[in-house]
Amino acid sequence: MRPFLYEQPASTPEAIGAAARHVPPHGEGRIQAPAQYLAGGTNLLDLMKIGVSHPPALINIGPLRAEHGAIEADASGLRLGALARMAEAAEHPAVLRDYPAIAQALRLAANQQLRNMASLAGNVLQRTRCNYFRDPSWHACNKREPGTGCAAMEGINRRLAVLGVSDHCIANYPGDLANALAALGAEVDLVAPDGTGRSIAFEDLHRLPGDTPHLETTLRPGELITRFRVPAGPWTRRSLYLKVRDRESFEFALASAAVALDIGGGVVRDARIGLGGLAAKPWRSREAEAVLKGRRLDEAAAGEAAEAAFRTAVTHGDNAFKPELGRRTLVRALLQAAEMEI
Amino acid sequence: MDITLKVNGTERRLAVDVRTTLLDALREHLDLTGTKKGCDLGQCGACTVLMDGQRVLSCFTLAVAAEGTEITTIEGLAGEEDPLHPMQQAFLEQDAYQCGYCTPGQIMAAIACVHEGHANSDDEIREYMSGNLCRCGAYPKIVAAVRQAKPLMERA
Repeated sequence: MRPFLYEQPASTPEAIGAAARHVPPHGEGRIQAPAQYLAGGTNLLDLMKIGVSHPPALINIGPLRAEHGAIEADASGLRLGALARMAEAAEHPAVLRDYPAIAQALRLAANQQLRNMASLAGNVLQRTRCNYFRDPSWHACNKREPGTGCAAMEGINRRLAVLGVSDHCIANYPGDLANALAALGAEVDLVAPDGTGRSIAFEDLHRLPGDTPHLETTLRPGELITRFRVPAGPWTRRSLYLKVRDRESFEFALASAAVALDIGGGVVRDARIGLGGLAAKPWRSREAEAVLKGRRLDEAAAGEAAEAAFRTAVTHGDNAFKPELGRRTLVRALLQAAEMEI
Repeated sequence: MDITLKVNGTERRLAVDVRTTLLDALREHLDLTGTKKGCDLGQCGACTVLMDGQRVLSCFTLAVAAEGTEITTIEGLAGEEDPLHPMQQAFLEQDAYQCGYCTPGQIMAAIACVHEGHANSDDEIREYMSGNLCRCGAYPKIVAAVRQAKPLMERA
């Protein structure tokens, strides 16, 4: 691990001020690593130990939990503090009752030690587990070293993405919570180094790889996530997260589906669908949602929705099985959600 | 950097490189070698300790960031002259290990598993102990040990 400056600010203004001091100079093709906020450290210290990430400064925002760690729910929706820990959100009564897809996405992720440490924002911002990204002995990785190529295209890519990929990167987004937040139309509250706040749609937080896979989010230098807001809706209670993986626990998804349904009079009034393990970023499938609207949710309708979700899938050999696994995962999730008693 | 860590109820002052993990601070600076270094990458659970009563991975915790918290390691469960913690006793009686290297992490995780209320069935124990690998494969006996210790811990 390379040395770094360590700061432990006592307040949000101090934290964003520290980040602003460490923002590297702007310039064309700038790839110099900026300072990093440190929360749970479960992904950042991992990447620093294996030589993938080497921030010049760490700003420990763990002590700001009192300010940004609350979980609150009311008639307008759910507010998840960025520094709330995964384990806290997974077991919060309002999350369990009214947003089961979120509780399940969290409980099925990582293990209890990691969930006790990891912040929600850190979890959402976790990096891909593509082995070619994580192992610097592989020269070619456009995400780690822009312009070097992609060793995964013709490598072992069984776990990698089939949706949203580009000719430069097929890394998959590995997380779970983010797919539920994308499906449920969450918003992200941010504060910039100059102290101004803004909100963005959760779906706009992550970028598609395109020809700049090293740029993963739309966060501006030094910007801090303070909160996620999930709007209430008649679909949130009838929601679930289904995760398919190689082993039963402590494993990333090969395919997962976050679904939320508003069913009335026997037909789907509204559907929210997210997919995980399959895409380059947290994925919402409006194509699949559109198929279901106004339909009776039976196996045929679920199958058509799944077809629509994977119409643009691109495979690279080892991962050719993933569109079919993804379709079956989504069909099962939809049929299970339709049968939920709420 | 000069830091103070509160470990097993005692404040300890030490000077560390900022890069030092809590795991290395415990083992290399404080001679508390009960906490084990397995993978050092958050994948095996051997380094599990309690921080303010919650189980965490000491390999993913910077020592400097652990200041101000209460850390409990396997050495803090029972004094030299005291009876073993019910979970330690249960691991002994159930023979819940072979080589023993993962055992301190297993025991710390198991104690937290019971305190959290996640030890209500064998399935739940297996799920909530999934962060602790045992390459000797003592899993069935580890589940039995957690089951044995749970009522004793709840009575205490």
